Amino acid sequence: MADASYPDDLLYHDQHDWARLEGDEHAVFGVTWYAQDSLGEVVFYDPPEVGAAINKDSSYAEVESVKAVSDVIAPMSGEIVEVNDVLADAPEQINDDPYGEGWLVKVRLTAPGEAEALLGAEEYRKLVENG
Amino acid sequence: MTRYTSATPDDRAEMLAAIGVESTADLFAQIPEPLRLGRPLALPAGMSEAEVYERLAALAARNADCEEQVCFLGAGMYDHYVPAIVDAITQRSEFLTPYTPYQPEISQGGLQAMFEFQTAMSELTALPVSNAGLYEGPSSVASAAYLALGASKGRRRIVVSRGVHPHSRETLATYSQGFGAEVEEVGLDGGVTDAAALARAVDGETAAVFLQSPNFLGAIEDVEALGGAAEEHGALLIVAVDPMTLGVLRPPGEQGADIALGEGQPLGNRLDFGGPSFGFFCGSEELIRKMPGRIAGETDDADGRRGFVLTLQTREQHIRREKATHNICTAQALNALAATIHLAWLGREGFRELGELLVRRTAYARERLAAAPGVELLYEAPVAREFALRLDAPVDRVLDRCAERGIAAGYPLGREYPEYEDGLLVAITERRTKAQIDDFAEVLGAAISAEMVAAS
Repeated sequence: MADASYPDDLLYHDQHDWARLEGDEHAVFGVTWYAQDSLGEVVFYDPPEVGAAINKDSSYAEVESVKAVSDVIAPMSGEIVEVNDVLADAPEQINDDPYGEGWLVKVRLTAPGEAEALLGAEEYRKLVENG
Repeated sequence: MTRYTSATPDDRAEMLAAIGVESTADLFAQIPEPLRLGRPLALPAGMSEAEVYERLAALAARNADCEEQVCFLGAGMYDHYVPAIVDAITQRSEFLTPYTPYQPEISQGGLQAMFEFQTAMSELTALPVSNAGLYEGPSSVASAAYLALGASKGRRRIVVSRGVHPHSRETLATYSQGFGAEVEEVGLDGGVTDAAALARAVDGETAAVFLQSPNFLGAIEDVEALGGAAEEHGALLIVAVDPMTLGVLRPPGEQGADIALGEGQPLGNRLDFGGPSFGFFCGSEELIRKMPGRIAGETDDADGRRGFVLTLQTREQHIRREKATHNICTAQALNALAATIHLAWLGREGFRELGELLVRRTAYARERLAAAPGVELLYEAPVAREFALRLDAPVDRVLDRCAERGIAAGYPLGREYPEYEDGLLVAITERRTKAQIDDFAEVLGAAISAEMVAAS
């Protein structure tokens, strides 16, 4: 994806991860445009197992690019219900479509109130543009 | 100034002038007076080159080597013939002097050599992926344990056969303390791993099962059968092998091994009093991102020409830091290159013929020695190039007597295996002629008889 983009309908974590709430109990997570741009070409995604418990602010997966391996931080706590299998053969989707085809996991939330601590698109954009 | 001589006094004066310092001593002005030595180092006066030569030659003469003694000692490193072509190539400065090829554009020869090495080891072990080498056999085993623990998502147990080289088991124990892993050893029966005991030892908490074939005692293990226990519980099967036997034995990759590794010294490297040598490490495709060591890859450059690079560097410590798959930093590439040259010189047919020669000559030696008075086989299981005997006299005393007759008779098993206190491990290479073997049988018999007389 060529230009920086931070969709308004998402919530953001300062470790460069996004959350899309789906109903009261579920959310989809991924990494932001800033994250994929910093990483460079993504070559491998090591997903967690379905059923694994993940905790807000902790690492739940790894994304590997040609120059680095990066922990992916959970914006909220929950249980993994689905993992994006497409990325096994096409990890570059994380670069090309970080908010769409490049989604990482779908989660059943265990503490929906954690959304309060996340940033809106404008706040996050300011965070990354000001360094 | 040339690249290889140190700075002359004129060079030093010029450098000092350039930075505006009076003397070299002034560069150390920050070091407090009480901490300074204040006198020359207590070293003896320098010697001339000729004197140094005499001194070192005298020290070296205190050791025995394989030119002086006929060597039947193996136990993990073997007295093979290293063809002259190995040195002719490895002593070239382009291979002898460089370090890790982080700049591929000036390291194409070295990287291609690594790639050829990886290809050779991959074909010999019948596993698709190989790294560019590790330090030696034992640390390769420990590295494999680290990989297995990481890959097993929480399992903490390692099961290892006592047939695995004692140095490997010791290194594994050392590393495991750091990993927080529990290591359980399984004993031998009839020279090979006790299959029933192995099956009992492996459970759902086992990350990996380690075997060696031929094992330390020289016996060939039924890796496929023993591996069933690992497969049943989802543990990795890791097999240490003697690369010189891969021309005649079924490769570990065809026997269900997830990882095949070992001591590479027999290929292209002399004994050199124990090193340096190299370890090799081959595995299945799924494990590639968790493998230790450097990996050379083949690719195309910007102009579409074939080129070689270090690939998957994101596993390594200079990128991944504390999450790296390993912390190897020195280059065993030169030793691995020696192995590659040796293999190329032998060729596919030659490598297989050498393996067959080892098997035949070992069978001959085993029969001749077991026929000597006071000697019997420790076990009947099939062997490839090494076997164990039981002696009717103290093994260390027998070794001394054989050494007096110019023969290094082998390895006293009692040193590492209290259960085989009267055991002697004998190794055969293509350098051991029939005449040497016949002579050894006579010397061994005489030594045992002499000891029995002395004891009575």
